[in-house]
Amino acid sequence: MHLRDTEDEAAFRSELRAWLAEHVPQLPPEPPHDDLAARREHEARYQEMLFEAGYAGINWPVEGGGKGASPSEQLIYLQESAAAHAPEVSVGFVGQMHAGPTLIAEGTPEQQAHHLRGILTGEHVWCQGFSEPEAGSDLASLRTRAVRDGDHYVVTGQKIWTSNASVADYCEMLVRTDPEVPKHKGITWLIMPMDLPGIEVRPLVTAQGSAEFAELFLDEVRIPVANRVGDENDGWRVANVTLSFERGTGFVREMLDTTNVMQDLVTIAQRTPRAGGTAWDDPGIRRDIGEVAAELDALWAYTKRNVSAGARGGLPMGSGSAFKLSYAGVVQRLGDIALRVLDRSSLAMDDIDGLPTAAQVHGRLHAFAVSLGGGTSQIQQNIIAERVLGLPRER
Amino acid sequence: MDLVPSDDQQALQEMVAGYAADRFDIDTVRAFGEPGGFDRSAWAQLAELGTFGIAVPEDRGGVGLGTIDAVLVHETLGAGLVPGPLVAATLAAELLDGVIDGSVVPAVLVRPDHGPVVVEHLRDADVLLVVDDDGVSRVDATSVGGSLLPHPTDPVTPVTLLDAVPEGERIAGPEVALAWRRTGSALASSQLVGLSEACTAVAVEYAKERQQFGKPIGTFQGLKHLLADCYVRTEVARSAVWGAGVTIDEPEAGDVDRALAAARVMAARAATDNAKTGVQVHGGMGFTWEVVAHLYLKRAWVLETQFQNPDDAAELIAASLGS
Repeated sequence: MHLRDTEDEAAFRSELRAWLAEHVPQLPPEPPHDDLAARREHEARYQEMLFEAGYAGINWPVEGGGKGASPSEQLIYLQESAAAHAPEVSVGFVGQMHAGPTLIAEGTPEQQAHHLRGILTGEHVWCQGFSEPEAGSDLASLRTRAVRDGDHYVVTGQKIWTSNASVADYCEMLVRTDPEVPKHKGITWLIMPMDLPGIEVRPLVTAQGSAEFAELFLDEVRIPVANRVGDENDGWRVANVTLSFERGTGFVREMLDTTNVMQDLVTIAQRTPRAGGTAWDDPGIRRDIGEVAAELDALWAYTKRNVSAGARGGLPMGSGSAFKLSYAGVVQRLGDIALRVLDRSSLAMDDIDGLPTAAQVHGRLHAFAVSLGGGTSQIQQNIIAERVLGLPRER
Repeated sequence: MDLVPSDDQQALQEMVAGYAADRFDIDTVRAFGEPGGFDRSAWAQLAELGTFGIAVPEDRGGVGLGTIDAVLVHETLGAGLVPGPLVAATLAAELLDGVIDGSVVPAVLVRPDHGPVVVEHLRDADVLLVVDDDGVSRVDATSVGGSLLPHPTDPVTPVTLLDAVPEGERIAGPEVALAWRRTGSALASSQLVGLSEACTAVAVEYAKERQQFGKPIGTFQGLKHLLADCYVRTEVARSAVWGAGVTIDEPEAGDVDRALAAARVMAARAATDNAKTGVQVHGGMGFTWEVVAHLYLKRAWVLETQFQNPDDAAELIAASLGS
C-alpha cells in the first residue's frame, strides 16, 4: 500500500499542473448558473483546449480517442483540476461520462466514428433520457414505447430529469421495445438526435430557480434502427454499462469542488461578525466544519481505495452506493452549517457584504441532487442492505 | 497510489483474525476483565504471533513491516474485541525488553492537560509508560499511587485513577513521544474500525434470524437502512484509517496529523454509532449484560479517547482550514 506518487505519476501531475496554471486563467469568467447556452459555449471552449493538449477523454481508452490515463492519473487529473478551479464537466457530463464510454464499449464502428470525436472536442452535447414520470427509482418499469417500422423505431412517450436537454445535440435514451416480456428484458438503448420532428423540450425549473432539467415529450419520433446501441431488448444491460462509468468516479470532481466550497465557507465565517469576534471563533461551528472536512478527506481516501481495487479487478460491490450515501450526507451537513454561518445573509441567493454567500445557499439546495439523483439515498441503502449485507428482499 | 492491502497483508489479517476467533471467544474475552483474569499465557501466545513486533525491525526481534501493517493487524484485534493493552504493547515493543514476547506487560498514559488521571490496563501491567511532549518515562507499575476503580465502563478494560501523573525514568525523547502519539492514535482508530464492522456483522446475523410479523426483522426497511448506514460508516472510516497509516510510513504523501485526526473523527463515529445501532437492532435483548452488543459500545467508548479524542481531532482539522 502506498500513497506517494510514482515517478510517472509525479511527472503527469507536474505537467498537468503547469498546463492548468497557464490555461485556466485564459478562460473568461464563468457564466451564470442558469444561462445554459452560455455555459455550453464556455465549457466547449475549455473542452477544445483540453482536446488540443491531449487531456480530453482522460478516462477513455486510447482506441476511443481518449487519453487512456491510468486510474491513478485520472484521480490526479480530477484533484489538480479542482485545485486549479478549472471548469467542471457539467453540460458535457452525459457525453463524456456516459454516452462516450458506452459507445466505445458497445457501439458499432460507424457510431463510434460519428460521435466520439464530437464529444471529445466539446462540439456535441448529449443529454440523458432514462427516467420517466412513472419510472424513477424503479427505472426498469419505463414505458416510452418504440415500435419498429422498417428501418426506423417510432418512439412515443415522456422523459423527465433530462439535464441540459435544451442545449443538447443527442440524447442517450432507453425505450420499451417489447411490453410482453419481464420489464428488464424489453428495453433498448437508442441514440436520439435532438433535432428530429416530434420532440418537445419543456424546461423544468428546480428549487434553485434555474432550468438545467427538462421534460421531453416524444410524439412518433422516427429514430433510425442504425442508432441502436447493443441488440434490441438488450438495453438494460447496456444501461448498466453506462451507469457503471458514473458509479466509478462520477461524483469525485463534485466532491473535490465541495472541498473548495467548504474552504470558502471558512473564509466567510472568518469575515462574519459575531458578538466578540467572528463566526469562526464559535467552537460549535469550527468543530462541525472540522468533522465535515474529516469526512471529505475520508471520502477522498475511499475513492483512492476503490480506484485501487478497480485496477486490481473490480470495484467492490456496494462501494458506489456507499460513496454516494456518505457524500450526500456530508454535503448536506456542510450546507446546513453554511446557513448557520450566514444567519440572515441566507435570506437571499445574492452575495451580501461582498462575501460569496449566494453560492453557499445554492450549494445547500443543490445538495438534494446528491441524495435524489442517480438512485435516492433510500434506494442505495436497500442496495447495500440486500446485495452486500445479504438481508432478505422485501419485494 | 495503491490503497488496498496486498495479498500478503490480507493473509496477515486473516491469520490474526483466525487466531483471535480461536483463542479469544467471547467468554475468554469477558474473563479477562475479572479480578486476576488477565491470562499471561494467552497474552504471550498473542505476542508469539508477532502481533506486537509487526513494525519493529527484524534485527530488534520484530517482523520488520510498516506502521500500516500494524494498523491492519489492530483492525482485526478490534474486531475480535481482543482484551489487554494492545496499543501500549505495540508501541513499547521496540523500546522495552520483554514486551515483544509478552513477558513484560506495559500500560501507557498520555499526560492529560487537565482533569483526573485515568489509565487503562495498569491493573495487569508491569510498567507504566508516561508520554508527554518531552518524551517517554518509565515507572514500575507497583510504585504508582492510585486506586483501581470497581466499576469500569467496559468490563473488559480495567481502569485505575491515579493520585497524580507519576515522575519516572526518562527512556526516550520528544521524537519518540510524537511517534507514539501518532501511531497510538492510528492503532486505536484502526481497532475502532474493526469493531464497527464486527458489531454490524453481529447485528446483521440477528436481523436475519429474529422473526417478527412472520418474517426476519431484517426484511424491514427500517432496520435495513440502519444497517446499511453502518456499512457505509465502516467503509469510509476504514479508508481514512488506512490512508493515515500509510501517511505515517510516507510522510511526504500528506499531512500526517490531519490524516490521523480525520481517521479518528470517522473511526470514532463509525464504532460508536454502529455499536449503538447494534444494541437497537437486538431489541430488548440488546440492553442485557448477556448479549454481546453492549461490549462493543463500551469498548468503542474506551478506544475513542485514546491518544486523541474526536472533538480535539475535529478542532485540529478546523485549525488547519482556518490558517
